[in-house]
Amino acid sequence: MISQLNSRGVARLMMAPAVILLLGWMLAPLTTTLYFSFKKYLPLRGGDLGWVGFDNYVRFVTSSSFWPSVYTTLIIVGFVLAITIIFGVLLALLLDQPMWGQGIVRILVIAPFFVMPTVSGLVWKNMFMDPINGILAHLWRFFGLQPLEWLSQFSMGSIILIVSWQWLPFATLILLTAIQSLDREQIEAAEMDGASTFKRFGYVTLPHLSRAITIVILIQTIFLLSIFAEIFVTTAGAFGTKTLTYLIFQRVLESQNIGLGSAGGVYAIILANIVAIFLMRIVGKSLDAKES
Amino acid sequence: MARSVRNQQKMVNTVIAWTIGLLIFFPVLWTVLTSFKTEGQAINDPPLFLFFDWTLENYAIVQERSDYMKFLWNSIFVAGGSTLLGILIAVPAAWSMAFVPTKRTKDILLWMLSTKMLPAVGVLYPIYIGCIKLGLLDSRLALVIILMLINLPIIVWMLYTYFREIPRDILEASRMDGASLWKEIVFVLTPMAIPGIASTILLNLILAWNESFWTLNLTAAKAATLTAFIASYSSPEGLFFAKLSAASTMAIAPILILGWFSQKQLVRGLTFGAVK
Repeated sequence: MISQLNSRGVARLMMAPAVILLLGWMLAPLTTTLYFSFKKYLPLRGGDLGWVGFDNYVRFVTSSSFWPSVYTTLIIVGFVLAITIIFGVLLALLLDQPMWGQGIVRILVIAPFFVMPTVSGLVWKNMFMDPINGILAHLWRFFGLQPLEWLSQFSMGSIILIVSWQWLPFATLILLTAIQSLDREQIEAAEMDGASTFKRFGYVTLPHLSRAITIVILIQTIFLLSIFAEIFVTTAGAFGTKTLTYLIFQRVLESQNIGLGSAGGVYAIILANIVAIFLMRIVGKSLDAKES
Repeated sequence: MARSVRNQQKMVNTVIAWTIGLLIFFPVLWTVLTSFKTEGQAINDPPLFLFFDWTLENYAIVQERSDYMKFLWNSIFVAGGSTLLGILIAVPAAWSMAFVPTKRTKDILLWMLSTKMLPAVGVLYPIYIGCIKLGLLDSRLALVIILMLINLPIIVWMLYTYFREIPRDILEASRMDGASLWKEIVFVLTPMAIPGIASTILLNLILAWNESFWTLNLTAAKAATLTAFIASYSSPEGLFFAKLSAASTMAIAPILILGWFSQKQLVRGLTFGAVK
């Protein structure tokens, strides 16, 4: 009994640094952001100009760039999710089939995930989407077409393409892992019962994947809500690609309107937390499942 | 007969999968190829694939122009430092959660995960101003600490899922043999935990290496990592595709190689153990 009490104490002590650090990391910036969000604070133009109540919150929402930025954010997140999930499922099904050189194909498919965001942004922007010298321009001219000004004419489509390219490997890898854990006998039983390929997919594989798909959606949403570098190096927020994250970045660091930017930050935190609650529920359930 | 049908199917699968795989990989491949061309060849129409005069001059120019080595060292320092620090803090925490769980362990784990959900931009100013006040703006130390903190939840979670798989019977056996707590940790647990710790380190190195919100916003000339080094190529200057490619290749090569070794761990780490 004594030794057990003792080990409990030691255990708490061992947990303490991680818990205290994360607590500090969460609380200190959060309270500071909240504090500034109620102030008119312009470091380069007069400094701290006093408390303004909910003024910043109202101004942030009523500014002409707020709703477009929310819309842009949702479009990017929505399309990237749809593209990566649909192609991720198809690709995972394909990679699960018998073939030669499966390991190498897996490596090829997973590669984009390891490319740092600034590199993928710039490589796509210049070497692929450049309207004069980009590969896509060469391709368009080869077919006798007028090359496109990708990042200005089709700015949203281009950003979605770049981000989807980065995240498709992640979705594929997780879905493939989930498919491989599927009970082979179940599929074979369905096959013997005469279920067609589509029925087998719809009634056996897809339900099995639903949990993995939900997890992919939630985790990607959290990362996609805050994509930054891809936009920073390609359009810098121009041509209708200003996301909520980018708008707040501009308010805080470019126009140095801290109060306004902080209010925006609070909105971003609320938005992310709505998604987070769902993710935590699923992860929490998987913890329970392991304990039972 | 059945065998030949199966082989035929396998052939079709192989062709489709390789085509799609190469298509997805193409931007990376193209970047690496272009890095060995001259600037003129880099924009040649039609594009040149393999038959051009291979040259290493871009690599030399990139190094000369902006001292690639300095950025590389910063990246290594920041990614390595934050990972090491994170592991030192997370191993005891994960160990105690896995082996001495209490009623609140689950809540603590979920709460740690929730700190990961805090969007960086929401706390940009406090961190920015904090760094200025402490004289840590554009310093590697600030990045080491911040990247350690943003990845700490993932490290704790990954280690926790690995540690949980260590059979408890072994611990009890060693306890019966009269091993003390520290002996238990050093001689029994550590050898069994090393593979899990190694995978955690690997994944965390990749995440820290590619992190590009804080590295872009908190650095200038001194502490800039490779993400910021590449971002300096965002304003074009004459012909620069080959140079951009060389810089990009150097920035992604180390992590691409590490990444290929860590595919499995990636799934476990990024789904917080929910998909394995």
